[in-house]
Amino acid sequence: MNGIKTGTSQVEILLVEDNPADVRLIKETFKDFKVSNNLTVARDGMEAMAMLKKEGQYLDSVKPDVILLDLNLPRKNGFEVLEELRMDPDLRRIPVVILSTSDSEKDVMKSYDLHANCFVTKPVGLDEFIKIVMSIENFWLSVVKLPPE
Amino acid sequence: MLSGASDKLEILLVEDNPGDIRLIVETLKEGRKDYNINVVKDGEEAVNYLLKRDSHKSAATPDIILLDLKLPRKDGIEVLKEIKGDESLKSIPVIVLTSSNADDDIANAYKNHANCYITKPIDLDKFVVTIQSIEDFWFTIIKTSKKK
Repeated sequence: MNGIKTGTSQVEILLVEDNPADVRLIKETFKDFKVSNNLTVARDGMEAMAMLKKEGQYLDSVKPDVILLDLNLPRKNGFEVLEELRMDPDLRRIPVVILSTSDSEKDVMKSYDLHANCFVTKPVGLDEFIKIVMSIENFWLSVVKLPPE
Repeated sequence: MLSGASDKLEILLVEDNPGDIRLIVETLKEGRKDYNINVVKDGEEAVNYLLKRDSHKSAATPDIILLDLKLPRKDGIEVLKEIKGDESLKSIPVIVLTSSNADDDIANAYKNHANCYITKPIDLDKFVVTIQSIEDFWFTIIKTSKKK
């Protein structure tokens, strides 16, 4: 099953998330997914931008096919990361899934205005959370066509 | 989940192929929720609908748009540009749903801020499954911004 990108076999995912429990849960859910993928984690907005721009120690980092982005992040928040991404000609097409505890109308609106591809609120219950992570991976890794390299 | 409990999700389908329209509308009708689905058959009409012009004065602002690319009068990319360039429309998610598999079309759609790009499967059963996946993801777990 491969609705994905042409030519490559593994989908590269960048998860930008500072909550260790969420990181672990998302990592484990993705590991078991039918579509082969490689998930890299950035713990704050600055680290995410350094990876995306291959700065300093991240010279060899791979350009992700999809980004999962939390909003509430240390050092640089999710909106700032999103805004920088969308202004960068090399990064602007990468789909960004906002995954946040927020469900405020203001945050939803602002995310779409800054061209987030979709906005998902993290559910409070664990089972619900796993279900939602599974829908994200199913949709973005096997239904959608991701931008070509 | 997205809109208030009382009102249905408003979907605008921009599609000229009658077979595809029928399949999409029927699949969604049998889906898990009730939707208000409005269909427009070319790009000009889509823009008129969204800007509430002419016969569309009382049109509801959609919560989500399903957009074909190959459309009469104004193609899907042009429609997408108008939506994403309009302050009052740009936060509406646009799902590009097209028969095209071309890298150029995919890249161009994302460049113009399509929220996602989906190729219509040729196989009928797979097409239905794809519509159901859109329903499960976009109409169920995604937050859209309700702007009226």
